Amino acid sequence: MRAFAELFERLDATTSTKAKVAAMTAYFGSAPPADAAWVVFLLSGQRFKRLISTGDLRAALLESTDLPQWLFEECYASVGDLAETLALLGTAEGSGDPDDLPLSRWIEERILPLRDLDEQGKTAAVLSWWGALPRREAFLLNKVLTGGLRVGVSRTLVCRALAEVAGLEPADVAHRLMGDWTPSATAFEALIAPDAEANVHSRPYPFYLASPLEGDPGELHGTLGDVGEWQVEWKWDGIRAQLIRRRGETFLWSRGEELITDRFPEIRDPAAHLPDGTVLDGEVLAWRDGAPLPFSVLQKRIGRRAPGRKILADAPVAFLVYDLLEQGGVDLRTEPLWERRRALEALLGDGPFLPSPEVTGADWGELARLRGESRSRGVEGLMVKRRDSPYRTGRKKGDWWKWKVEPMHLDGVMIYAQAGHGRRSNLFTDYTFAVWRGDELVPVAKAYSGLDDAEIRELDRWIRRHTRERFGPVRSVEPEQVFELAFESIQRSPRHKSGIALRFPRIARWRKDKTPRQADTLEQVTTLLELYGAGGGGE
Amino acid sequence: MPRNGGLHCPAGGFDVDPGEPAPLALITHAHSDHARPGSGRYLAAEPTVPFLRLRLGEDIDVTGVPFGETVRLGDAGVSFHPAGHILGSAQVRVEAGGEVWVISGDYARQLDPTSEPFEVVPCDTFVTEATFALPIYRFPDPGRVAEEVLSWWDACRDDGRAAVLACYALGKSQRLLAELARITDRTVHLHGAMVQTTRLYREAGIPLLETAAVADRPDGTDFAGELILAPPSALRSPWMRRFGDARTAFASGWMRLRGPRRRRAVDRGFVLSDHADWPDLVRTVEETGARRVLVTHGFREPLARFLRERGLDAEVLATGFEGEVED
Repeated sequence: MRAFAELFERLDATTSTKAKVAAMTAYFGSAPPADAAWVVFLLSGQRFKRLISTGDLRAALLESTDLPQWLFEECYASVGDLAETLALLGTAEGSGDPDDLPLSRWIEERILPLRDLDEQGKTAAVLSWWGALPRREAFLLNKVLTGGLRVGVSRTLVCRALAEVAGLEPADVAHRLMGDWTPSATAFEALIAPDAEANVHSRPYPFYLASPLEGDPGELHGTLGDVGEWQVEWKWDGIRAQLIRRRGETFLWSRGEELITDRFPEIRDPAAHLPDGTVLDGEVLAWRDGAPLPFSVLQKRIGRRAPGRKILADAPVAFLVYDLLEQGGVDLRTEPLWERRRALEALLGDGPFLPSPEVTGADWGELARLRGESRSRGVEGLMVKRRDSPYRTGRKKGDWWKWKVEPMHLDGVMIYAQAGHGRRSNLFTDYTFAVWRGDELVPVAKAYSGLDDAEIRELDRWIRRHTRERFGPVRSVEPEQVFELAFESIQRSPRHKSGIALRFPRIARWRKDKTPRQADTLEQVTTLLELYGAGGGGE
Repeated sequence: MPRNGGLHCPAGGFDVDPGEPAPLALITHAHSDHARPGSGRYLAAEPTVPFLRLRLGEDIDVTGVPFGETVRLGDAGVSFHPAGHILGSAQVRVEAGGEVWVISGDYARQLDPTSEPFEVVPCDTFVTEATFALPIYRFPDPGRVAEEVLSWWDACRDDGRAAVLACYALGKSQRLLAELARITDRTVHLHGAMVQTTRLYREAGIPLLETAAVADRPDGTDFAGELILAPPSALRSPWMRRFGDARTAFASGWMRLRGPRRRRAVDRGFVLSDHADWPDLVRTVEETGARRVLVTHGFREPLARFLRERGLDAEVLATGFEGEVED
C-alpha cells in the first residue's frame, strides 16, 4: 500500500502529463505484477461496487469520534470529498503502518471480502484500518472504498506508461485493456508481454473520438481544405456503442465499456444475421418511423436491464452504423475511411442495420446552412471525418471533428450556491440560476463550469458576503448577479418547477453590466421551446 | 459594538482593527486586514509599532504600549497581551463598567520561536477568530514540518532545481527561517516583499537563518539548489522566470486539504499555520472562562454552534473580516 500511496502522491502533486506518465512508468517497471494489476484497474477509472455504503462509513466515523452529525456534514461540505473528510477526522497524525501489506493483498484479502460482512463487521473492519494506517494511506483506502481515485490520470495515460514499460504502441495496450479485464499478476504480465496473448473474442476496440470544430464556416476551407476530402454525417444524440459478432455470439459495448447487449434486444437479435468476425461502430438511438426521438426517451431505456413489452413499444431504439472496424475477423482500422465505408455499405446492403447517412453539400457554406437545421432534425450538429483517415484510438485531433450547432442562450440570476468537489472544494462553484415569472424568480438551471479561476474566486468572496440563508451545504444568496448561460437544447419537464429542462447548461459570461431585472423571463425562455423544442417535446 | 468592519468601544471611544479610518484605532497586529491606513491615532503593543510604521508609513501617529500595561481610555482600562500569531501580535483586554472583554485578534497556541507565546486572559466576553474552526483542521508539529521542508529542499538540490516556497511576507516567512535555523545553517533567498519584515525580526533579536535578497544577485545567477521564499502572488508572476524550471511549494494551514493544494498547482503543500487549529480554538475558549463568546473570521457559524451546544452563550459577530481567503 505504501508504494501505491507514494505513486498517488506523485501523480497528485503535478499537473504535467509528462511527469504523471514518468511516475507511472517508474511504478509499473518495478512493482510486483499482482499490485501493478490493481493499480492499472484503479487508475484507469474502474471501481468496486457495493463494498460498503457511505452511510456505514459515516456511521463508523461518528461512532469513533464524539463529533455531532451536523459538524461532520459541515466538514464534508467544506472538504468536498468524503474519503478525505473521513481520513482527516478518523485518523491520527503520523500513526504508523506496521505491516505494509502489498496492495493486492489489501484488496483481495481485506477490501473485497467486505462485501460479505454485515453492517457491524464492516464498521469494525474499517475502524481498525483507520486506526492502523497513516493518514495518506487511510485516504487512499477510503478513495477505493467510496469509488474513483480521480487523480487526473486517464486510461490513455495509463496505457502510455504501460506501453513505455513494455516497448509497445499505446494503442495495442489500450486494446488489450478493453472489455472485461480482470486484474491479476498473470493479466498484468499479459498486458505488457511482447506478443499479443490469445484474443478474447468479446473484446471491443478502443473508440476513436472526435474533437470539437470551432471557427467561422468561412474559414473552414482554409483549415480543412476541400469539402470533397471529408465525409460528413449528422451528429446523433444517443449512446455511442460497438457491436461485435464473433464465434456465433453478439456483444454490444457502450463507450463506457459496459456490456449492454441484453438491454437492446432490437439490436441484439438482428445482429445474429451479421457474418462472423464483424465489428461495427455506431450509435444507439431512440428511433421511430425513420427519425430520432429525443435523448430523454432513450434515457428510459438505459437503466432497464431486461426491458418489458410496454417500454419496448414506448421507447423503440435503432442502431445507426458509423464504421466497420473488423470484417471476416480482419482488423480494418488502418484502412482509409472511404474503404471502410464502401465495405460497410456493401455489408449492410440489405440490413439488418442502416449506415449513418452521409450529408452532402457543395461547399462548407452549404454544410453550415444544413448544420443550422440540426435542432429541427433532432441532431446535435455535424460530424466531419477525413475520407482517408484510419480509425484511431482516443481523442486524436485532426481527422475527425464534431461540428456542433451553436448553443442557445439565456440570462439568469444566481439564487443558490454550493461548494464544489475535488479541486474546487472549499469554493462556491456550483450555482443555481433563475428567470423571472412575474415578480418571482424560478430556478431553471444548475451550472458548474464556464468561469475562470479568478472569476470563481471573486464570486466565491461575493457569495460569502451576500448569503441570505444556509440549508446544509447550500446557500441562498442575494439575487443580484446575472449570468449568460449557454445550453444545447430545451425540453418540457413536468418534474421542474419552471416546467422546462435545459441540456448541458454552462456559464457563457458573467453579465456584470446587467441588473437582475434585465435577466430573461420564463415567457421568453418558453418561446425557445416553441421555436426549437417542437421535435423534442418527448415528455 | 461592531462598527465599520471592526469593533467599537463606546466607553473608551476607540475602535479595534477598524475597517474604515477611526479617530483612535487599537491594532492587534500588522497584517493588512487588521491594520488599515487613515486613522487619526494608533495604539498597539510595543513590538508591533515598527511593523505598523513599515506598512502604514513613518508619519503615522502611533503609541506603543508594553505588553500587560494598562492604559486608561475614557471610562475603559485597556491592555495588550500576546496572541502568539506573529511577532508583536496582541489580544486587547478592555475593562469597563465591571465587565472584562478580550478581543483576541488572530491567535495561535503552537510554540513559535518568532512570537511571544499566547497568554490566557480570563474574561467575561471573549471575541475569538474562527479561521480554521472545523475539526478537519488539526495542525502537525511545526518542527516536523520544518524537517519536511528541509528534505524537500534537499531533493530539489539533488535534482538541480530551485525550490520556491510561497508564504506570507509577514510572520510565516520569518517563522520558517527560525524553524529551519534549528536544523540547518544554509542561506535562504528572499523575494523583495520579505526583506524589510525579516530585517525587523532580526532587529527584535529573533534568531533566523542567514538570508540574501534575490534582487541583490546579478542577472543570470543560477539559483539551482537554492531555497527561495516568496509571497504567494509572486508564484504566478514573470518574476519566477529567473529560476528556470523550479519546484514550487506553499506553506499554509490551508494546505491541510487536497483541494486547495491542487488548486494552487504547487508541487508540495506544507501545513504550517499562524492560526489556532480546531482543538486549540475550543481549548482556548474554555481556558478564558468566558461566559459569552463572539465568533468572527472564517468558519464562524460552526464554532458558535458547537460552543452553544456545550452550554456557552456564543454567537456570530458580523465584522468586515472574511477570514483569510486564500491569499
